[in-house]
Order: sequence, then structure tokens, then C-alpha cells
Amino acid sequence: MGRYVVRRLGQLIVVVLGATLILFACLFVLPGDPVGQIAGSDKARDPAVIEQLHEQYGLDKPLVVQYGTYVGKLVTGDLGTDYTQSRPVSEILAPKLGNTAKLAVFAIVLDVIIGVSVGVVAAMRRYSIWDVSATFATTLAIGVPSIVLGMILQRFFVVELNWFPLIADDSFKSMVLPAVTLAIIDAALVAQLARSTMLEVLRADYVKTAVAKGLPRRTVLFRHILRNSVIPVVTYLGISFGTLLGGAIITETIFNWNGIGLALIQAIQQNNNPIIVGVVTISVAVFVVLNLVVDLLYAALDPRIRLA
Amino acid sequence: MTSLEMAPSNAEPDGAAPLLEVRDLHVEFKVRDSVTKAVNGVNYSVSAGETLAVLGESGSGKSVTAQAIMGILDSPPGRISKGEIFFQGQDILSLPESERRKLRGAKMAMIFQDALSSLNPVLSVGYQLGEMFRAHQGLSRKDAKAKAIELMDRVRIPAAKERVGDYPHQFSGGMRQRIMIAMALALEPDLIIADEPTTALDVTVQAQVMDLLAELQREYNMGLILITHDLGVVADVADKIAVMYAGRIVETAPIHELYKRPAHPYTRGLLDSIPRLDQKGHELYAIKGLPPNLQQIPPGCAFNPRCNKAQDICRTDVPPLVPVTERDGAELVGRGSACHFWKETIHG
Amino acid sequence: MTELVTGTGGPTAADPAAGKQGAEPSIAKVSQWSDIRHRFFANKLAVVGLAIIALLILTAIFAPLLAPHDPLQQDLNATLQSPGGAHLLGTDALGRDQLSRLIFGSRIAVIVGLASILVALSIGILLGAMAGYFGRWVDTVIMRTADIFFAFPLLIGAIVIILLMGRGVLPVVLSLGIFQWATFARLLRSQILSVREMDFVHAAQALGASRGRIIRKHILPNSMTSVLVYGTSNVGIAIVAEASLSYLGVGVDPEVAEWGNMISAGRGFMGVKDFMWTYPSIAIVITALGFILLGNGLRDAFDPKLR
Repeated sequence: MGRYVVRRLGQLIVVVLGATLILFACLFVLPGDPVGQIAGSDKARDPAVIEQLHEQYGLDKPLVVQYGTYVGKLVTGDLGTDYTQSRPVSEILAPKLGNTAKLAVFAIVLDVIIGVSVGVVAAMRRYSIWDVSATFATTLAIGVPSIVLGMILQRFFVVELNWFPLIADDSFKSMVLPAVTLAIIDAALVAQLARSTMLEVLRADYVKTAVAKGLPRRTVLFRHILRNSVIPVVTYLGISFGTLLGGAIITETIFNWNGIGLALIQAIQQNNNPIIVGVVTISVAVFVVLNLVVDLLYAALDPRIRLA
Repeated sequence: MTSLEMAPSNAEPDGAAPLLEVRDLHVEFKVRDSVTKAVNGVNYSVSAGETLAVLGESGSGKSVTAQAIMGILDSPPGRISKGEIFFQGQDILSLPESERRKLRGAKMAMIFQDALSSLNPVLSVGYQLGEMFRAHQGLSRKDAKAKAIELMDRVRIPAAKERVGDYPHQFSGGMRQRIMIAMALALEPDLIIADEPTTALDVTVQAQVMDLLAELQREYNMGLILITHDLGVVADVADKIAVMYAGRIVETAPIHELYKRPAHPYTRGLLDSIPRLDQKGHELYAIKGLPPNLQQIPPGCAFNPRCNKAQDICRTDVPPLVPVTERDGAELVGRGSACHFWKETIHG
Repeated sequence: MTELVTGTGGPTAADPAAGKQGAEPSIAKVSQWSDIRHRFFANKLAVVGLAIIALLILTAIFAPLLAPHDPLQQDLNATLQSPGGAHLLGTDALGRDQLSRLIFGSRIAVIVGLASILVALSIGILLGAMAGYFGRWVDTVIMRTADIFFAFPLLIGAIVIILLMGRGVLPVVLSLGIFQWATFARLLRSQILSVREMDFVHAAQALGASRGRIIRKHILPNSMTSVLVYGTSNVGIAIVAEASLSYLGVGVDPEVAEWGNMISAGRGFMGVKDFMWTYPSIAIVITALGFILLGNGLRDAFDPKLR
């Protein structure tokens, strides 16, 4: 297990370096002002701001040094300074990341409850009405993307029924719709995965053995069937969590949820470069770390991987 | 192959019931519109201390019969449509599932073909062995683990104490099969069914595993049903043999009798197919044709399309399993054949 | 005499089937295209998916003929009209006909969807094949690079590229392609790795087949099926991503007739003029479902065991 961890950490470092290199190369080395393209090239950029950027990021120093400083700052969590508010980017984004995290956790919980139960029931009652309707419902759910689902939910539950507030605040109520939007699609995927995994496991030889050993049904179900079925589902949930944390941009935008996804869009509209880079960086970092956690989890659950 | 001294067959003393009796068993699988008749009227019995070999190709119904005995048939598609199974005198098919479950593992156990896929990959070997004791005897984890180590020693897995926490994929094929054997005899059952226990193993390892099985059977005086498609494997171990084809038994005989004087064209064909050193230079013989489609079993004798000696009656009448006798009618104990022309096959 | 008698009773070269009557049943052949085609068309849902996609593509191609109005033409006297009359699906805030914009929106969807997947497939297949076939350091380098692209969630990565290149169809196509090639590369590589070790490849080598032949005729055909299935499904994902980007204001130009733009425009009128966003939403959902069904159908047709 130790060797596996070390190997994965090594890969992680390579990936992080590579990703930061891309970010760095894109946004700080190319000539011209990339962000100005969004704003419209006819708007003149404030020269004072340009100079501040140059100074802050040491753009007059050699590239390697710039990159080094950049990475060094990243490691310490310094994402630069937002120049409209003159506060460190990390300070601004931290609470927003927290909000996104709340949403992600809520969504994952819903995923697990709905997705796993639907998938398990469908597998155990294969070909029954439960199974068929589950397959139908999940396919439909996957086919409706967040952009559409979010709009529909908002239309009915906010505008029509007024069950939830239009302007999102920190309350639990405001979390429900965006979390449900995120969860429905993901839960459908989890349900399909849980179902197909369980079907495979139910057919497995070792399940036959367990029954032949005269083990009670509960033991066979939990110790053998479910124990083996959870592995792919858990790893999928981990990756899903990482993606959600990376900023459920569409959902946050539709519901005005104050997370890093919304922050990104607002920053783009305002040409707020440090925030843009900050969000992308956090997003990538979170995703990479979570992938590592998922891999480790997988190894912990499946001895064939960790004792290869 | 090492030649074992055959234990004298514990043929049932007059009047005592055999350990296991299968009577006219029929098993079919219904998938959507098609029905596959996997077992079509099988009768056999095993006594304590006796080894019955069940021989047949894939699809002959030998494994399905065993699964029906154990009660582990895939139950929505599969079902026992007819027949009875008596175990220690009791009609087990009429037992509720909870009672049958208590028999499994404790009184009758099964050894599967592919130990790698038949053992749960994410649970340690010690855990899976210990499960038998925890589930049936209510032992604590510690005690169950100790028993597991004992079992592993018994089947001669080296360094049992160190390896009890290892996982199936960390053992070699032969050792995994020993673990399966250990699991089967953990609670000292009265009957063991071994479904192709050596098919997935190398030839040298096959011999070791068969030796172990025979030794344990003698020690615990268990009834053993050995299911295989390999004639060579059973020669040293079995007392009697039943040959299956298309879900029916086509011949029964004491083991050496079968090899010396088969009484069914199929058995004869199987024996003739074995390559022999003294036949160098001759083309290898194979039974012509392919195993039957179990959804459309040929009428009459299921073997007729492939039989050199098939006559009209073979295509219309299903031959019953009748006792095989000497030319003069003298009884041949334990011999039966389901062929209209068995006399020609055995007596030439 | 016998030389003059031909074809009586026994099978002749001209009619081999006749000889098969009563003989042993032949062994089933390995799946071929006709089998695959049969399985696909027997699957009703798969055919529905194919029909939807075909409809989409035809709409895109014949958009100018199908659309009643010019999608870019503004009519400030007829803004925000409800569906009916001259404008079957209503008009937007600038008086543009929604139906025409919807129809022309299919063009963007098809172009961006297909083009971005083509980009991703081109890069992904090339690099994945190299990684799978050559192995060792080539494999490592390519896979680490793929990991780097994997680290960016699709929308985030696409936004980065678009910030650099500006808005428009080309940047969207490229950005979506750039952040999807890694999936195909990884997939193809793992397929190649497993096919490489299979016996029929060893057999081909033993028979003296050249490396090129082995790759072309043995490895590739067996490795590509998953990639094709994934590729098809991913077109749907690309179309949804593209609509999402436009909705967020970082996709194609806001003037362009495009479903995401239409939904975004309709957002402000939610509850009052819902028709502005509901019709493009339906279009997106039908398109997405079409690709899902098609992808599932292909997967089941190639390997029915997976059901």
C-alpha cells in the first residue's frame, strides 16, 4: 500500500506542475491582455492596473523566476490580490468555496440515498416494474442537463409556487433547489452504476459459494454482495464530489448561489483577472486532490489493487 | 498418477438407506420464451464413504443436478419441475428454505471449479473460512480464526498462521483449491459434492488435490460426488460412475467395469477418444457431431444423431435405464445402460 | 458416364447449402458487421436515438429552407410576441423569430458537437494508440499529459481557452476538443493494452504478420468499438457543454442563433414569457437523449453481453 501511495503522490505532483504551467503560460506569458478580449477591445485598459499587475507578478523578471514565484505562492495558498477590492484572493474565495462545498455535500448525500437505493432495488428486482421504471427514469434524468433542469425547477418552485427564495441567501432553503438540480443527474448516474455493478456481483461465483456455505441471507447480502458492489460506486461518488467542488457553474448561476462557480462568472463579466485565475486554480487543485483520495480509497477497499 | 489403495466401498448394508438419493429429477430453465431442459429424469445415489463420479460434457446437466441437490439453483430462470431428493432419508425438496440453509455447509457442502472466482476477492481467506463457524456454530471471531488456521494446516497450506489474513489472489491455484476444500469440510459434512475440482489446475497439482480429497473422504467417511468431464481424474478415486448426456444418465457402472466394458455407445466413444501411446500413427478418434441444443433435444435417444449404430427405434423411443447383465443373464451389480442396443455394445 | 452427371444428390460447389442439410450445425461466427447492424436495428430505442440525430442533422443542413424567417432579423415592432400567427414560437426582445432561431440553433449544435468530438478523437486516438502500442516512456509521457488535461473539469478548462481566444464557434470547438481528448486516449490505450495480450494477436505474430498488419487488422478493429461508443455519447455532452458556455456568456457570440443564448435571453422573462426558454430547452433535451440512446444502442449492438 505504501508503494502505491508514493507512486500516486508522484503522479499528483507531475499533474499539478503541469496544470499550473498551463495556467501560468496562458495567462501571464502571452502578449497582450487576454482578459480584454472579453471586455471588448475598444475599451482601454486602465494603465495603472496593468502596472500593478506587472509589479505584483513580477512580469519584468525572467520567465522561470516568475513561474517559480507563482508556484511558490500557490503552495502557500497565496492566489494574489484582487484589485477591485484590494483583498487577497484567497480571502475572498474561501467563503465562496465553503458555500460550494455545502452544496456539494448536500448533493452527494442525496446522490447516495436516492441513487444507491434505486440502483440496488432495480438490480434485486431485475426485469420487474421497478427495474424498468428505474431505467426509464434514470435515462431521462441524464438526458436533461443542469441548465434545463435548473430553469425548470426554478420556474416551478420559485416563481410559480414560491416555496424557495429567488435571491439566494445562506439559508438551508436556498440550498435545496440547486442541490437537487445537481443531485438528480448525478443520482441517476449512480443508480445506473449501482445497478449494473450489483447485477454483475449477483451473478458472481463467490456469491454462489456463499449461499452454498449455508450463510444466512443477511450475511450474503451485506458481507458479500454489497461489500463488493460499493467499490465502483464509492469511487464514482468521490470523483463526482470533486467535480461538484470544482464549481457547479451552471447551477450556481441559475440559482444565484454564492459559490466559486458564480464568482467565476461574475469575475469574467468584471474582467477581474485574479479571481478568474484563483477559481480555476482552486478548481483544479481540488479535483486533483480528490482524485488522489479516490484512488487511495479504491486501494483501501480492494485488496487486489493494494497488494498487486 | 499415484495409485491409491481404494478403500473398500461402503456399499450400504442391506436395508440401510443411502446417504443421498436423487429420484427422477427434472430441472428446466425458462428464459423469456425458450425453455432449456437441463436435467431430464436423473436417478442416482451415494452412500457414506462412497465416491460417485458423474461424468459428462459441458451441458450434460451434471452441474445443474448438483446445484439442485444443494439448493443453489439460479431460481428465477431455473426450477425443479419434477422429482425428489432424499438426504439422510429426508425429502429435502419439501423442506422450507430456512431448514435447507442449515443443511448447507454443515451437512452437505460443495467445492467449486474455479477457486479464484469462487472466493470473495475482498475478504481474507481466514475470514471466509471462519464464516462457516461463525454462521453455523456461533463461534466468536477469535475462535473462528483459530479454527481457520487449523483447517489450513489440515489441507497442508504452509505457514497457515501467517497467511490466514491473506487474500485469495495471493495464493497459487492449487492452494486456492485446497482452501475451497477446507471450506467445504470445515463443519465435517456428511456429503461433499466436488464440481470439476481439478479442471482449472495443472496436471501435477491435480494429482495432489485429488489425493487430498480422497484422504479426507476416508478420514471423515463422507459421501463424495465427483463431477468431471475427465475420465482420467476419477479412475483412482471413484467407486462407481454415472455417465450423463443431455440431462439424462446413459450408463452406470462400478468404475473399473466401465473402463473395461462400456455398455453405451457414448461411453465407448469417450473411451475411444482418449489418445493412447500404443496407437501411434493412427488418426485420433472423436465422437462426430456436437453436444445437443438443450432447447431442442432430439426425440428418442438424445445421442442418436451422433451414434454410429443408431436405428429407427433410437429416433423415436427414449431408451430407459435398464440393468446390464452378462450374456447368460447373470446379474452385474450396479450396472445400467440407457441404450436400446446395450447388449451389442458390451458384448460386441 | 459419371463425368456427365453433375449435381445429383451431393453438394456441389455451386450450392454448398444443399449439402448442409442434416449435417452438423455450423459453429457461430465471430460478430461481424451484419450481426451488429441487425442487433442495432432490432433495438427500438437505438433506432429512436438514430432517428433523432438524423432529424437534427437534417434540420441543421436544411435550416435556411425550413426556417420561416431570417434568424438574425430584428423587428422592433414585434418584440416579445407570444407564440402564434406569423411567429409560431414567438419572438424575443429584439423581435427575432424564435422558431427560425431554434432551427438555426441546430446548426451550431451539430457543428460544435461533431467538430469538437472530431478534434478530441483525432488527438485522442493518435496519442492513445501511440501510448498503447509503444509503451514505456512514450506511454508515460502521454498519460501524464492526459492527466494534466483531466485535472480541469470540462467547463472550467473550456472557459480558460475561451478567455484566451475570445468568444466564437472556433474557440468553443477547440476548447471542448482539447479537454475531451484525454478520455479517448485513455480508453483506447487500455483497450489496446488488453487486446495486445490476447492470443489471436500472438497467433498472428507467429504466422509472420507484419507489425502494420497486426495493428490494422487485429488490434485496431477490436479496440475501437468502445471509443466509437464513447465518441457518440460525448457528442451529446459536447452540445450540452456548448449550450452551457453560451448561457454563461462565454460561448459563441450572443447575437448568434443558438440554444444556450436563447435560454439565457429567456431567463429574465421567466414566468412571463416562458416560451423564450422552454423551446430551446426541449431542443437540448431531445438532442441529449438522442445521443444517449444512440450511444447505448451502439454499445449493446457491439457487445450484447454487456446488457
